[in-house]
Amino acid sequence: MKEVIHTPVPYIEEEEYHINMGPQHPSTHGVLRLVVTLQGEIVKKLKPHCGYIHRGIEKMCEKDTYPQIIHLTDRMDYLSAHINNHAVCLLVENALQVEVPERVKYIRTIIDELTRIQSHQLWWACYGMDLGGLTCFFYGLRDREKILDIFEQSFGSRLLHSYYAPGGLMMDIHPDFQKNVKAFIKYFRKKIKDYDRILTGNVIMQERTRGIGILTRDNAISYAVTGPSGRASGFSCDVRKHYPYACYDKVDFKEILYTEGDTLHRYFARMEEMRESMKIIEQLIDNIPAGDYSAKMKAVLKLPAGEYYQRVETARGELGVYCISDGNKTPFRMKFRSPNFSNLGVLDSISRDTKIADLVAIGASLDFVIPDIDR
Amino acid sequence: MDNESIKERVQALVPEAQLEENKQFITFVIPAEKMHDLALSLKYNEDLAFDYLFCLTGVDTVKHLVVVYHLASTKHGHSLVLKAQTTDRENPAFDTICDIWKSGEFYEREVFDMFGIRFNNHPDLRRIFLDENWKGFPFRKDYVDEVNIVEL
Repeated sequence: MKEVIHTPVPYIEEEEYHINMGPQHPSTHGVLRLVVTLQGEIVKKLKPHCGYIHRGIEKMCEKDTYPQIIHLTDRMDYLSAHINNHAVCLLVENALQVEVPERVKYIRTIIDELTRIQSHQLWWACYGMDLGGLTCFFYGLRDREKILDIFEQSFGSRLLHSYYAPGGLMMDIHPDFQKNVKAFIKYFRKKIKDYDRILTGNVIMQERTRGIGILTRDNAISYAVTGPSGRASGFSCDVRKHYPYACYDKVDFKEILYTEGDTLHRYFARMEEMRESMKIIEQLIDNIPAGDYSAKMKAVLKLPAGEYYQRVETARGELGVYCISDGNKTPFRMKFRSPNFSNLGVLDSISRDTKIADLVAIGASLDFVIPDIDR
Repeated sequence: MDNESIKERVQALVPEAQLEENKQFITFVIPAEKMHDLALSLKYNEDLAFDYLFCLTGVDTVKHLVVVYHLASTKHGHSLVLKAQTTDRENPAFDTICDIWKSGEFYEREVFDMFGIRFNNHPDLRRIFLDENWKGFPFRKDYVDEVNIVEL
């Protein structure tokens, strides 16, 4: 009888190959290209290629006056447009030592938190969609509309508002603003329970994301991963707590911290942040003091020569604005330390040895906005 | 650790370090070749523990090409700004710090892309935003490009 020789077929392919994800892949949420080195379906290495929408905003700033720069910052992280504006406004106000009216501080804080909620709603919508739950996308966008309607009513635009100006606001809020915000909070407190029912408590989602893409605290600090992604790893980096601005020192809220640092806990961190944001708004919305909506500012703003650094907490992490002024009406050098650019750096190290399908989940949990990476 | 003792410590580590007055953070100008050794001491000394490099950027002051490091300690909460500078515009080179703070890897690629400052021992020093065969370094003050830059 002839002997049968079994040659085992290798389960994992030995050969490595490269695959391009993007620049038009739906899960990269914009024009980001990831060159993934795969062995079978296991990610061995990953190289992000950025710059598809690099506009040179920092260079443009060197030709623009400070009020003009505000309009450019909208275009970086367009989902945190107000918060980006806030960073430049604070920088100018602190440099000129302008005291803004209390009313402005209250309104800015409320609008910043509304911005955070709508950004996280869109993140939740896309996160669900990336993991295969298309219902989430519709639910998330439906509720985000409510905030955009409030924005549109008060400042006339839905995405790129440029509502803040150095010294205050462009115009006063709509008379119905408080009423509508309170109605929204009431509505969303109910709806966020639906979010939990659909996705948070979903066994498939939990099993799919638990324990993948683990980012340790040391790595989060070393890679400078901030925002909810960093806090899910236990890195206490909330600018609102550590360097309070506007009304954040007056309100009571919790910094959401987890220690696990996996994809699931980055999800939890953002869900909890939405609740904390609602808590902040509720504390302020009835107490907006009367007064001017802007401090008196000079027509031409010239910052005294020197260096300034201002940071704010956007929906994705710490945005830093580093400005060198030589005393002219335009800055000598303007640098935006954008949270997404730092967060992108960690993608390679946390997605190694995961499956390529998990890479989509990890990318969704880091919540990239590509124009903020490229600037 | 208070500001005075941080100043003393940095000056003890690098005697050539020059303190810049009236700044938001403690700011030192240090010789470029001393940066890597200083960075090691800043990160791994228990009482300094600058473990968080939150901003790294280049500045072209026309006279110098400067790399600005914004450091903070998540343990003690203090911050420090270091500036390393060179007058060499043809072939500026610094030692990389991305072996100490991982965030430096992307930041340094951006500085290389925009200012043409090379970082020795960097694992993957390529242009990050611009095209591989782009000529010149746009964030330098003497950069002229009539084709691609729109004047407002």
